[in-house]
Amino acid sequence: MKIVVPVKQGAILDEDFELRADGKAAAAQHVEYVLNECDEYAWEAALQIAEACGEGFEAVPISVGPKRAEDALRRCLARGGNRAVRVWDEVLEEELSPGEVARILARVVSKEGADLVLTGGLASDHAFAQTGISLAAELGWPHVAVVTALEYSLGDAGARVRRELEGGLLEVLEVRCPAVLTIQAGINAPRYASLRGVRQAQEKPIEVLALADLGLSGGGVTAARSFRVRRMYRPARGCAELIEGSAADQALRLAEIIKALMGAAG
Amino acid sequence: MSGILVIAEQRRGELSAATLETVAAAVSLRRQRPQPLAVAVLARDPEAFVAPLSLAGVEEIVKVAIPTEEFQSDVFEAAVLALAGERSPAVIMTPHSVDAWGYAPAVAVRGGFGCATDVFEVRYDGEDLVAVRAAYAGKLHVEVDFPGRQTVVLTMRGNVYPPLQQNARPRVSSFTAPGVEARTVHLGYIEPPAAEDVDLAQAEFVLAIGRAVNEEGKVEQFRALAGRMGFTLGCSRPIADQGWLPRSRQIGQSGKTVGACKVYLAMGISGAAQHISGMQHVPNVIAVNKDSEAAIFGLARYGVVADVFELAEALRSHFT
Repeated sequence: MKIVVPVKQGAILDEDFELRADGKAAAAQHVEYVLNECDEYAWEAALQIAEACGEGFEAVPISVGPKRAEDALRRCLARGGNRAVRVWDEVLEEELSPGEVARILARVVSKEGADLVLTGGLASDHAFAQTGISLAAELGWPHVAVVTALEYSLGDAGARVRRELEGGLLEVLEVRCPAVLTIQAGINAPRYASLRGVRQAQEKPIEVLALADLGLSGGGVTAARSFRVRRMYRPARGCAELIEGSAADQALRLAEIIKALMGAAG
Repeated sequence: MSGILVIAEQRRGELSAATLETVAAAVSLRRQRPQPLAVAVLARDPEAFVAPLSLAGVEEIVKVAIPTEEFQSDVFEAAVLALAGERSPAVIMTPHSVDAWGYAPAVAVRGGFGCATDVFEVRYDGEDLVAVRAAYAGKLHVEVDFPGRQTVVLTMRGNVYPPLQQNARPRVSSFTAPGVEARTVHLGYIEPPAAEDVDLAQAEFVLAIGRAVNEEGKVEQFRALAGRMGFTLGCSRPIADQGWLPRSRQIGQSGKTVGACKVYLAMGISGAAQHISGMQHVPNVIAVNKDSEAAIFGLARYGVVADVFELAEALRSHFT
Protein backbone atom coordinates (compact mmCIF):
# COMPACT_ATOMS: atom_id res chain seq x y z
CA MET A 1 0.00 0.00 0.00
CA LYS A 2 1.36 3.32 -0.96
CA ILE A 3 0.77 7.08 -0.83
CA VAL A 4 2.61 9.08 -3.45
CA VAL A 5 3.24 12.78 -2.76
CA PRO A 6 4.31 14.97 -5.69
CA VAL A 7 6.30 17.93 -4.35
CA LYS A 8 7.73 21.02 -5.99
CA GLN A 9 10.85 22.94 -5.34
CA GLY A 10 9.27 26.38 -5.25
CA ALA A 11 11.10 29.48 -6.43
CA ILE A 12 11.59 32.66 -4.39
CA LEU A 13 12.89 35.89 -5.91
CA ASP A 14 15.38 37.94 -3.94
CA GLU A 15 14.89 41.65 -3.33
CA ASP A 16 17.17 42.73 -6.18
CA PHE A 17 15.86 40.33 -8.78
CA GLU A 18 16.22 40.99 -12.49
CA LEU A 19 14.64 39.39 -15.50
CA ARG A 20 16.47 37.02 -17.80
CA ALA A 21 17.68 38.55 -21.07
CA ASP A 22 14.76 37.04 -23.02
CA GLY A 23 12.27 38.50 -20.51
CA LYS A 24 10.53 35.16 -20.04
CA ALA A 25 11.75 34.31 -16.54
CA ALA A 26 13.63 35.77 -13.60
CA ALA A 27 17.43 35.65 -13.93
CA ALA A 28 18.70 32.44 -12.33
CA GLN A 29 21.13 34.13 -9.94
CA HIS A 30 18.22 35.88 -8.21
CA VAL A 31 16.16 32.74 -7.63
CA GLU A 32 16.30 30.60 -4.51
CA TYR A 33 14.50 27.29 -4.20
CA VAL A 34 12.72 25.79 -1.23
CA LEU A 35 10.25 22.94 -0.73
CA ASN A 36 6.83 24.41 -1.51
CA GLU A 37 4.84 25.22 1.63
CA CYS A 38 1.59 23.37 0.78
CA ASP A 39 3.64 20.32 -0.19
CA GLU A 40 5.15 20.23 3.31
CA TYR A 41 1.62 19.82 4.66
CA ALA A 42 0.80 17.16 2.05
CA TRP A 43 3.91 15.20 3.01
CA GLU A 44 3.09 15.44 6.71
CA ALA A 45 -0.47 14.22 6.01
CA ALA A 46 0.96 11.24 4.12
CA LEU A 47 3.42 10.41 6.91
CA GLN A 48 0.67 10.55 9.53
CA ILE A 49 -1.57 8.17 7.58
CA ALA A 50 1.30 5.82 6.84
CA GLU A 51 2.45 5.76 10.48
CA ALA A 52 -1.05 5.11 11.76
CA CYS A 53 -1.25 2.15 9.37
CA GLY A 54 1.99 0.60 10.59
CA GLU A 55 3.70 -2.20 8.69
CA GLY A 56 3.26 -2.48 4.97
CA PHE A 57 2.79 1.19 4.28
CA GLU A 58 4.94 3.40 2.19
CA ALA A 59 4.88 7.14 1.59
CA VAL A 60 6.97 8.24 -1.39
CA PRO A 61 7.79 11.83 -2.37
CA ILE A 62 8.25 12.42 -6.08
CA SER A 63 9.30 15.49 -8.05
CA VAL A 64 9.82 16.62 -11.62
CA GLY A 65 12.93 18.76 -11.87
CA PRO A 66 16.66 18.98 -12.42
CA LYS A 67 19.23 17.80 -9.86
CA ARG A 68 18.47 20.68 -7.47
CA ALA A 69 14.95 19.26 -6.94
CA GLU A 70 16.61 16.56 -4.83
CA ASP A 71 16.92 19.14 -2.05
CA ALA A 72 13.12 19.20 -1.79
CA LEU A 73 12.96 15.40 -1.79
CA ARG A 74 15.66 15.09 0.89
CA ARG A 75 13.82 17.63 2.99
CA CYS A 76 10.85 15.25 2.89
CA LEU A 77 12.99 12.18 3.56
CA ALA A 78 14.55 13.88 6.59
CA ARG A 79 11.12 13.65 8.23
CA GLY A 80 10.19 10.16 7.12
CA GLY A 81 9.90 7.76 4.23
CA ASN A 82 12.64 5.60 2.80
CA ARG A 83 12.97 6.50 -0.85
CA ALA A 84 12.04 9.11 -3.43
CA VAL A 85 11.70 9.46 -7.19
CA ARG A 86 12.87 12.33 -9.37
CA VAL A 87 12.09 12.67 -13.06
CA TRP A 88 14.16 14.76 -15.40
CA ASP A 89 15.26 14.67 -18.98
CA GLU A 90 17.54 16.91 -20.96
CA VAL A 91 14.79 17.48 -23.54
CA LEU A 92 12.63 19.21 -20.88
CA GLU A 93 12.60 22.96 -20.36
CA GLU A 94 13.38 24.30 -16.92
CA GLU A 95 9.96 25.95 -16.49
CA LEU A 96 7.28 23.41 -17.32
CA SER A 97 3.58 24.26 -17.34
CA PRO A 98 1.27 22.41 -14.91
CA GLY A 99 -0.19 20.29 -17.71
CA GLU A 100 3.24 18.99 -18.66
CA VAL A 101 4.21 18.25 -15.06
CA ALA A 102 0.90 16.44 -14.52
CA ARG A 103 1.45 14.23 -17.56
CA ILE A 104 4.85 13.14 -16.24
CA LEU A 105 3.62 12.67 -12.67
CA ALA A 106 0.75 10.47 -13.87
CA ARG A 107 3.23 8.00 -15.34
CA VAL A 108 5.18 7.89 -12.08
CA VAL A 109 2.03 7.37 -10.01
CA SER A 110 0.98 4.50 -12.30
CA LYS A 111 4.44 2.96 -12.19
CA GLU A 112 4.50 3.15 -8.39
CA GLY A 113 1.00 1.68 -8.09
CA ALA A 114 -0.21 4.31 -5.63
CA ASP A 115 -3.40 3.93 -3.55
CA LEU A 116 -3.67 7.64 -2.83
CA VAL A 117 -1.99 10.81 -4.05
CA LEU A 118 -1.63 13.86 -1.82
CA THR A 119 -0.09 17.05 -3.12
CA GLY A 120 -0.06 20.75 -2.28
CA GLY A 121 -3.09 22.79 -3.33
CA LEU A 122 -0.92 25.45 -4.91
CA ALA A 123 2.68 26.54 -5.08
CA SER A 124 3.69 29.87 -3.64
CA ASP A 125 5.77 30.84 -6.71
CA HIS A 126 3.30 30.68 -9.60
CA ALA A 127 0.11 29.81 -7.69
CA PHE A 128 -1.36 27.84 -10.58
CA ALA A 129 -3.45 25.57 -8.31
CA GLN A 130 -3.61 23.36 -11.37
CA THR A 131 -1.12 20.51 -11.19
CA GLY A 132 -2.87 18.18 -8.72
CA ILE A 133 -6.26 18.23 -10.42
CA SER A 134 -4.61 17.94 -13.85
CA LEU A 135 -2.81 14.86 -12.54
CA ALA A 136 -6.14 13.40 -11.39
CA ALA A 137 -7.56 13.96 -14.87
CA GLU A 138 -4.54 12.29 -16.49
CA LEU A 139 -5.09 9.29 -14.21
CA GLY A 140 -8.88 9.34 -14.52
CA TRP A 141 -9.11 9.37 -10.72
CA PRO A 142 -11.61 11.09 -8.42
CA HIS A 143 -10.24 14.23 -6.83
CA VAL A 144 -10.89 16.95 -4.27
CA ALA A 145 -9.12 20.31 -4.18
CA VAL A 146 -8.24 22.46 -1.15
CA VAL A 147 -8.55 19.76 1.51
CA THR A 148 -8.28 20.95 5.14
CA ALA A 149 -9.13 17.71 6.96
CA LEU A 150 -8.62 14.10 5.94
CA GLU A 151 -9.65 10.76 7.41
CA TYR A 152 -8.24 7.77 5.56
CA SER A 153 -6.63 4.44 6.31
CA LEU A 154 -4.60 2.69 3.67
CA GLY A 155 -6.83 0.27 1.83
CA ASP A 156 -10.08 2.13 2.62
CA ALA A 157 -12.55 2.32 -0.26
CA GLY A 158 -12.96 6.02 0.37
CA ALA A 159 -11.66 8.99 2.31
CA ARG A 160 -13.71 11.47 4.28
CA VAL A 161 -12.43 14.99 3.70
CA ARG A 162 -13.27 18.62 4.26
CA ARG A 163 -12.61 21.21 1.62
CA GLU A 164 -12.31 24.87 2.40
CA LEU A 165 -14.64 27.14 0.44
CA GLU A 166 -14.77 30.92 0.19
CA GLY A 167 -15.29 32.84 3.41
CA GLY A 168 -14.25 29.95 5.64
CA LEU A 169 -17.25 27.72 4.84
CA LEU A 170 -16.29 24.03 4.88
CA GLU A 171 -17.80 21.20 2.86
CA VAL A 172 -17.65 17.66 4.21
CA LEU A 173 -17.54 14.99 1.55
CA GLU A 174 -16.56 11.44 0.87
CA VAL A 175 -14.33 10.60 -2.08
CA ARG A 176 -13.78 7.19 -3.60
CA CYS A 177 -10.18 5.96 -3.65
CA PRO A 178 -7.74 5.80 -5.29
CA ALA A 179 -7.99 9.57 -5.48
CA VAL A 180 -5.91 12.71 -5.79
CA LEU A 181 -6.37 15.19 -2.95
CA THR A 182 -4.80 18.64 -3.03
CA ILE A 183 -3.87 19.80 0.45
CA GLN A 184 -4.31 23.28 1.90
CA ALA A 185 -1.71 24.81 4.21
CA GLY A 186 -2.68 24.49 7.87
CA ILE A 187 -4.21 20.99 7.67
CA ASN A 188 -1.63 19.77 10.21
CA ALA A 189 1.56 20.86 11.95
CA PRO A 190 4.47 19.57 9.86
CA ARG A 191 7.13 18.00 12.08
CA TYR A 192 10.64 19.34 12.27
CA ALA A 193 13.42 17.21 10.88
CA SER A 194 15.89 16.02 13.51
CA LEU A 195 19.60 16.33 12.83
CA ARG A 196 19.70 12.56 12.67
CA GLY A 197 16.84 12.62 10.17
CA VAL A 198 18.67 15.13 7.98
CA ARG A 199 21.80 12.98 8.07
CA GLN A 200 19.89 9.78 7.29
CA ALA A 201 18.08 11.47 4.40
CA GLN A 202 21.42 11.90 2.64
CA GLU A 203 21.75 8.11 2.48
CA LYS A 204 18.21 7.34 1.30
CA PRO A 205 17.91 6.40 -2.37
CA ILE A 206 16.45 8.80 -4.92
CA GLU A 207 15.57 6.98 -8.10
CA VAL A 208 16.13 9.18 -11.16
CA LEU A 209 13.95 8.48 -14.18
CA ALA A 210 14.15 9.85 -17.70
CA LEU A 211 11.11 10.23 -19.94
CA ALA A 212 11.92 7.01 -21.79
CA ASP A 213 11.76 5.11 -18.49
CA LEU A 214 8.14 6.24 -18.26
CA GLY A 215 7.24 5.51 -21.86
CA LEU A 216 7.08 9.22 -22.65
CA SER A 217 8.71 11.35 -25.33
CA GLY A 218 9.51 15.05 -25.23
CA GLY A 219 6.74 15.62 -27.76
CA GLY A 220 4.26 13.66 -25.66
CA VAL A 221 4.97 15.98 -22.73
CA THR A 222 4.84 19.16 -24.80
CA ALA A 223 1.44 18.10 -26.14
CA ALA A 224 0.12 18.56 -22.60
CA ARG A 225 1.41 22.13 -22.30
CA SER A 226 -1.15 24.39 -20.59
CA PHE A 227 0.19 27.64 -22.04
CA ARG A 228 3.32 29.31 -23.36
CA VAL A 229 5.01 32.20 -21.54
CA ARG A 230 5.32 35.22 -23.82
CA ARG A 231 6.97 37.54 -21.35
CA MET A 232 7.26 38.51 -17.71
CA TYR A 233 7.41 42.07 -16.49
CA ARG A 234 7.34 44.16 -13.34
CA PRO A 235 3.80 45.45 -12.89
CA ALA A 236 3.18 49.18 -13.02
CA ARG A 237 2.82 50.19 -9.41
CA GLY A 238 0.15 52.30 -7.80
CA CYS A 239 1.40 55.64 -6.59
CA ALA A 240 2.07 54.78 -2.94
CA GLU A 241 3.62 57.71 -1.12
CA LEU A 242 6.80 56.31 0.42
CA ILE A 243 7.58 57.42 3.96
CA GLU A 244 11.34 57.56 4.37
CA GLY A 245 13.85 58.21 7.10
CA SER A 246 14.81 56.43 10.32
CA ALA A 247 12.30 54.18 12.07
CA ALA A 248 11.56 57.04 14.48
CA ASP A 249 10.99 59.51 11.62
CA GLN A 250 8.84 57.02 9.76
CA ALA A 251 6.76 56.25 12.87
CA LEU A 252 6.20 59.93 13.61
CA ARG A 253 4.99 60.67 10.09
CA LEU A 254 2.92 57.48 9.97
CA ALA A 255 1.22 58.32 13.28
CA GLU A 256 0.26 61.75 11.92
CA ILE A 257 -1.18 60.18 8.78
CA ILE A 258 -3.11 57.53 10.71
CA LYS A 259 -4.56 60.07 13.15
CA ALA A 260 -5.62 62.32 10.26
CA LEU A 261 -7.26 59.42 8.42
CA MET A 262 -9.03 58.28 11.59
CA GLY A 263 -10.24 61.81 12.23
CA ALA A 264 -11.55 62.10 8.69
CA ALA A 265 -13.30 58.74 8.96
CA GLY A 266 -14.77 59.39 12.40
CA MET B 1 -13.42 27.87 -33.11
CA SER B 2 -15.28 30.90 -31.95
CA GLY B 3 -17.39 31.97 -29.04
CA ILE B 4 -17.06 32.52 -25.32
CA LEU B 5 -18.71 30.17 -22.86
CA VAL B 6 -18.94 31.37 -19.25
CA ILE B 7 -19.65 28.75 -16.59
CA ALA B 8 -21.63 30.46 -13.84
CA GLU B 9 -21.12 29.51 -10.24
CA GLN B 10 -23.76 29.20 -7.58
CA ARG B 11 -23.72 27.83 -4.08
CA ARG B 12 -26.77 27.11 -1.97
CA GLY B 13 -29.00 28.92 -4.42
CA GLU B 14 -26.90 32.08 -4.68
CA LEU B 15 -25.02 33.20 -7.73
CA SER B 16 -21.46 34.20 -6.76
CA ALA B 17 -20.38 37.82 -7.19
CA ALA B 18 -17.33 36.49 -9.03
CA THR B 19 -19.64 35.05 -11.71
CA LEU B 20 -20.93 38.52 -12.58
CA GLU B 21 -17.34 39.77 -12.79
CA THR B 22 -16.42 36.88 -15.07
CA VAL B 23 -19.36 37.76 -17.32
CA ALA B 24 -18.01 41.32 -17.43
CA ALA B 25 -14.58 40.01 -18.46
CA ALA B 26 -16.22 37.95 -21.22
CA VAL B 27 -18.18 40.96 -22.48
CA SER B 28 -14.97 42.98 -22.53
CA LEU B 29 -13.20 40.30 -24.58
CA ARG B 30 -16.11 40.08 -26.99
CA ARG B 31 -15.85 43.80 -27.63
CA GLN B 32 -12.38 43.16 -29.05
CA ARG B 33 -13.58 40.36 -31.28
CA PRO B 34 -17.29 39.92 -31.99
CA GLN B 35 -18.31 36.35 -31.26
CA PRO B 36 -21.17 34.51 -29.56
CA LEU B 37 -21.28 34.81 -25.77
CA ALA B 38 -23.23 32.27 -23.75
CA VAL B 39 -23.45 31.74 -20.01
CA ALA B 40 -24.17 28.22 -18.77
CA VAL B 41 -25.56 27.68 -15.31
CA LEU B 42 -25.43 24.22 -13.73
CA ALA B 43 -27.95 23.67 -10.96
CA ARG B 44 -30.82 21.44 -9.95
CA ASP B 45 -33.14 24.33 -10.87
CA PRO B 46 -31.19 26.54 -13.29
CA GLU B 47 -34.28 28.63 -14.13
CA ALA B 48 -33.79 30.51 -10.84
CA PHE B 49 -30.54 32.02 -12.19
CA VAL B 50 -31.84 33.25 -15.53
CA ALA B 51 -32.94 36.66 -14.24
CA PRO B 52 -29.70 37.63 -12.42
CA LEU B 53 -27.64 36.50 -15.45
CA SER B 54 -29.67 38.48 -17.97
CA LEU B 55 -27.01 41.15 -18.47
CA ALA B 56 -26.18 43.35 -21.44
CA GLY B 57 -23.77 41.58 -23.75
CA VAL B 58 -24.96 38.07 -22.85
CA GLU B 59 -26.65 36.60 -25.92
CA GLU B 60 -27.71 33.29 -24.48
CA ILE B 61 -28.21 31.62 -21.14
CA VAL B 62 -27.88 27.85 -21.18
CA LYS B 63 -29.76 26.05 -18.45
CA VAL B 64 -28.02 22.82 -17.51
CA ALA B 65 -30.07 20.79 -15.05
CA ILE B 66 -27.88 18.51 -12.91
CA PRO B 67 -28.94 15.97 -10.29
CA THR B 68 -27.01 17.53 -7.42
CA GLU B 69 -27.65 20.80 -5.63
CA GLU B 70 -23.97 21.07 -4.75
CA PHE B 71 -20.91 21.40 -6.89
CA GLN B 72 -19.70 17.93 -7.88
CA SER B 73 -16.53 17.62 -9.92
CA ASP B 74 -17.47 14.60 -12.08
CA VAL B 75 -20.85 16.12 -12.96
CA PHE B 76 -19.35 19.54 -13.74
CA GLU B 77 -16.53 18.13 -15.85
CA ALA B 78 -18.85 15.93 -17.91
CA ALA B 79 -21.38 18.73 -18.47
CA VAL B 80 -18.79 21.35 -19.45
CA LEU B 81 -16.98 18.91 -21.75
CA ALA B 82 -20.27 17.97 -23.44
CA LEU B 83 -21.18 21.64 -23.88
CA ALA B 84 -17.74 22.36 -25.30
CA GLY B 85 -18.09 19.39 -27.63
CA GLU B 86 -21.36 20.71 -28.99
CA ARG B 87 -20.37 24.37 -29.30
CA SER B 88 -16.59 24.37 -29.80
CA PRO B 89 -16.03 27.65 -27.95
CA ALA B 90 -12.68 29.41 -28.29
CA VAL B 91 -12.74 30.40 -24.62
CA ILE B 92 -14.32 28.84 -21.55
CA MET B 93 -14.29 31.21 -18.57
CA THR B 94 -15.16 30.62 -14.95
CA PRO B 95 -14.32 32.41 -11.69
CA HIS B 96 -11.02 31.45 -10.03
CA SER B 97 -12.90 29.95 -7.11
CA VAL B 98 -12.38 26.89 -4.95
CA ASP B 99 -14.91 25.01 -7.09
CA ALA B 100 -12.98 25.96 -10.22
CA TRP B 101 -9.72 24.76 -8.64
CA GLY B 102 -11.51 21.45 -8.29
CA TYR B 103 -12.61 20.93 -11.89
CA ALA B 104 -11.38 23.52 -14.43
CA PRO B 105 -7.87 22.03 -14.86
CA ALA B 106 -9.44 18.59 -15.32
CA VAL B 107 -11.74 19.92 -18.05
CA ALA B 108 -8.67 21.31 -19.83
CA VAL B 109 -6.73 18.03 -19.60
CA ARG B 110 -9.66 15.86 -20.67
CA GLY B 111 -10.66 18.17 -23.51
CA GLY B 112 -7.14 18.78 -24.75
CA PHE B 113 -7.59 22.51 -24.07
CA GLY B 114 -5.13 25.20 -23.05
CA CYS B 115 -5.53 26.48 -19.52
CA ALA B 116 -4.49 29.46 -17.40
CA THR B 117 -5.66 30.13 -13.85
CA ASP B 118 -6.11 33.26 -11.75
CA VAL B 119 -6.16 35.46 -14.85
CA PHE B 120 -6.77 39.18 -14.36
CA GLU B 121 -6.51 40.41 -17.94
CA VAL B 122 -7.50 38.79 -21.19
CA ARG B 123 -7.21 40.26 -24.68
CA TYR B 124 -6.43 39.51 -28.29
CA ASP B 125 -3.06 40.34 -29.78
CA GLY B 126 -3.72 39.91 -33.49
CA GLU B 127 -5.03 36.37 -33.77
CA ASP B 128 -3.60 35.25 -30.45
CA LEU B 129 -5.54 35.09 -27.22
CA VAL B 130 -3.35 36.51 -24.45
CA ALA B 131 -3.96 36.03 -20.73
CA VAL B 132 -2.12 37.86 -17.94
CA ARG B 133 -1.56 36.43 -14.45
CA ALA B 134 0.77 37.11 -11.54
CA ALA B 135 3.76 35.21 -10.18
CA TYR B 136 5.96 35.39 -7.09
CA ALA B 137 3.25 36.95 -4.87
CA GLY B 138 2.61 39.68 -7.44
CA LYS B 139 6.23 40.76 -7.96
CA LEU B 140 5.97 39.85 -11.63
CA HIS B 141 3.17 39.69 -14.14
CA VAL B 142 3.22 36.95 -16.76
CA GLU B 143 1.72 37.09 -20.23
CA VAL B 144 0.82 33.70 -21.66
CA ASP B 145 -0.68 32.45 -24.90
CA PHE B 146 -1.88 29.09 -26.17
CA PRO B 147 -0.33 28.15 -29.52
CA GLY B 148 -2.11 25.28 -31.23
CA ARG B 149 -5.08 25.19 -28.84
CA GLN B 150 -8.56 25.43 -30.34
CA THR B 151 -10.15 25.98 -26.94
CA VAL B 152 -8.74 27.59 -23.81
CA VAL B 153 -10.01 27.38 -20.21
CA LEU B 154 -9.46 30.55 -18.15
CA THR B 155 -10.25 30.96 -14.45
CA MET B 156 -10.70 34.65 -13.73
CA ARG B 157 -9.51 36.55 -10.65
CA GLY B 158 -12.22 38.44 -8.75
CA ASN B 159 -12.47 42.17 -8.07
CA VAL B 160 -10.98 43.10 -11.45
CA TYR B 161 -13.79 43.51 -13.98
CA PRO B 162 -16.68 45.45 -12.39
CA PRO B 163 -19.99 43.61 -12.75
CA LEU B 164 -22.38 44.89 -15.41
CA GLN B 165 -25.59 46.45 -14.27
CA GLN B 166 -27.56 46.91 -17.46
CA ASN B 167 -30.27 44.30 -17.93
CA ALA B 168 -31.04 42.56 -21.19
CA ARG B 169 -33.20 39.77 -22.56
CA PRO B 170 -30.87 37.03 -23.74
CA ARG B 171 -32.10 33.88 -25.45
CA VAL B 172 -32.63 31.04 -22.98
CA SER B 173 -31.90 27.45 -23.95
CA SER B 174 -31.60 24.11 -22.20
CA PHE B 175 -28.84 21.55 -22.40
CA THR B 176 -29.05 17.99 -21.17
CA ALA B 177 -25.95 17.07 -19.22
CA PRO B 178 -24.70 13.52 -19.79
CA GLY B 179 -25.38 11.09 -16.99
CA VAL B 180 -22.22 10.41 -15.05
CA GLU B 181 -21.25 8.57 -11.91
CA ALA B 182 -20.42 10.98 -9.08
CA ARG B 183 -17.34 9.71 -7.27
CA THR B 184 -17.61 12.17 -4.40
CA VAL B 185 -20.63 12.49 -2.11
CA HIS B 186 -21.60 15.72 -0.37
CA LEU B 187 -22.23 15.09 3.33
CA GLY B 188 -22.85 18.62 4.58
CA TYR B 189 -21.47 22.04 5.28
CA ILE B 190 -19.74 23.38 8.37
CA GLU B 191 -20.38 27.08 8.86
CA PRO B 192 -17.36 29.31 9.50
CA PRO B 193 -16.64 29.93 13.17
CA ALA B 194 -18.59 32.85 14.58
CA ALA B 195 -16.46 35.88 15.37
CA GLU B 196 -15.53 35.24 18.97
CA ASP B 197 -14.82 38.74 20.13
CA VAL B 198 -14.57 40.78 16.95
CA ASP B 199 -16.33 41.17 13.67
CA LEU B 200 -13.67 42.11 11.14
CA ALA B 201 -16.32 42.65 8.48
CA GLN B 202 -17.58 45.62 10.52
CA ALA B 203 -14.23 47.06 11.66
CA GLU B 204 -13.32 50.53 10.34
CA PHE B 205 -9.66 50.38 11.34
CA VAL B 206 -7.69 47.17 10.89
CA LEU B 207 -4.09 46.31 11.72
CA ALA B 208 -3.21 43.08 9.92
CA ILE B 209 -0.04 41.07 10.47
CA GLY B 210 1.52 38.58 8.09
CA ARG B 211 4.33 36.15 7.57
CA ALA B 212 7.08 38.56 8.68
CA VAL B 213 5.73 38.14 12.22
CA ASN B 214 7.50 34.84 12.46
CA GLU B 215 7.14 33.80 16.10
CA GLU B 216 4.08 33.32 18.24
CA GLY B 217 5.63 35.40 21.01
CA LYS B 218 5.87 38.40 18.70
CA VAL B 219 2.14 38.55 18.01
CA GLU B 220 1.50 40.17 21.40
CA GLN B 221 3.43 43.32 20.43
CA PHE B 222 0.98 43.91 17.59
CA ARG B 223 -2.09 43.04 19.65
CA ALA B 224 -1.02 45.68 22.16
CA LEU B 225 -0.27 48.22 19.43
CA ALA B 226 -3.65 47.64 17.76
CA GLY B 227 -5.32 48.11 21.15
CA ARG B 228 -3.58 51.43 21.77
CA MET B 229 -4.40 52.68 18.28
CA GLY B 230 -8.03 51.65 18.39
CA PHE B 231 -7.49 49.22 15.52
CA THR B 232 -8.87 45.69 15.22
CA LEU B 233 -6.18 43.02 14.87
CA GLY B 234 -6.37 40.75 11.83
CA CYS B 235 -3.92 38.54 9.96
CA SER B 236 -3.08 36.83 6.71
CA ARG B 237 -3.27 33.08 6.28
CA PRO B 238 0.14 31.94 7.62
CA ILE B 239 -0.55 33.41 11.07
CA ALA B 240 -3.89 31.56 11.34
CA ASP B 241 -2.34 28.36 9.94
CA GLN B 242 0.10 28.41 12.85
CA GLY B 243 -2.79 28.87 15.25
CA TRP B 244 -1.31 32.11 16.59
CA LEU B 245 -4.58 33.93 15.91
CA PRO B 246 -8.01 32.29 15.45
CA ARG B 247 -9.45 31.76 11.95
CA SER B 248 -12.01 34.48 12.69
CA ARG B 249 -9.12 36.96 12.43
CA GLN B 250 -7.99 35.79 9.00
CA ILE B 251 -8.50 38.21 6.10
CA GLY B 252 -8.60 37.01 2.49
CA GLN B 253 -10.28 34.60 0.12
CA SER B 254 -10.73 31.83 2.66
CA GLY B 255 -11.28 34.24 5.55
CA LYS B 256 -13.00 37.54 6.07
CA THR B 257 -13.50 40.50 3.79
CA VAL B 258 -13.03 43.77 5.67
CA GLY B 259 -16.06 45.34 4.05
CA ALA B 260 -16.38 48.41 6.31
CA CYS B 261 -12.66 49.14 6.66
CA LYS B 262 -11.46 52.70 6.07
CA VAL B 263 -7.83 52.43 7.16
CA TYR B 264 -5.87 49.18 6.75
CA LEU B 265 -2.40 48.93 8.23
CA ALA B 266 -0.68 45.87 6.69
CA MET B 267 2.42 44.89 8.66
CA GLY B 268 4.71 42.25 7.19
CA ILE B 269 2.18 41.14 4.56
CA SER B 270 3.58 40.50 1.07
CA GLY B 271 0.28 40.87 -0.76
CA ALA B 272 -0.50 37.45 -2.25
CA ALA B 273 -3.69 37.36 -4.32
CA GLN B 274 -5.58 35.31 -1.72
CA HIS B 275 -5.05 37.99 0.91
CA ILE B 276 -5.62 40.96 -1.35
CA SER B 277 -9.06 39.73 -2.36
CA GLY B 278 -10.21 40.44 1.20
CA MET B 279 -8.92 44.02 1.47
CA GLN B 280 -8.11 45.57 -1.90
CA HIS B 281 -11.26 47.74 -1.85
CA VAL B 282 -10.08 49.63 1.27
CA PRO B 283 -9.47 53.30 0.34
CA ASN B 284 -6.54 53.88 2.72
CA VAL B 285 -4.05 51.03 2.76
CA ILE B 286 -0.78 51.60 4.59
CA ALA B 287 1.83 48.93 3.95
CA VAL B 288 4.87 48.22 6.10
CA ASN B 289 7.28 45.66 4.69
CA LYS B 290 11.03 45.11 4.63
CA ASP B 291 10.92 44.03 0.98
CA SER B 292 10.51 47.11 -1.20
CA GLU B 293 9.35 44.84 -4.05
CA ALA B 294 6.43 43.39 -2.06
CA ALA B 295 3.21 43.45 -4.09
CA ILE B 296 1.27 45.03 -1.22
CA PHE B 297 2.94 48.38 -2.04
CA GLY B 298 1.20 48.26 -5.41
CA LEU B 299 -2.19 48.92 -3.84
CA ALA B 300 -1.11 51.01 -0.86
CA ARG B 301 -1.71 54.74 -0.49
CA TYR B 302 1.25 55.01 1.89
CA GLY B 303 4.24 52.71 1.99
CA VAL B 304 6.92 52.23 4.65
CA VAL B 305 9.95 50.10 3.81
CA ALA B 306 11.05 49.05 7.29
CA ASP B 307 11.47 46.24 9.77
CA VAL B 308 7.96 45.65 11.15
CA PHE B 309 9.12 45.08 14.72
CA GLU B 310 11.19 48.26 14.87
CA LEU B 311 8.45 50.30 13.29
CA ALA B 312 5.76 48.86 15.58
CA GLU B 313 7.89 49.70 18.59
CA ALA B 314 8.48 53.26 17.35
CA LEU B 315 4.79 53.71 16.52
CA ARG B 316 3.69 52.67 20.01
CA SER B 317 4.80 55.86 21.70
CA HIS B 318 2.57 57.97 19.44
CA PHE B 319 -0.63 56.39 20.69
CA THR B 320 -1.70 56.43 24.28
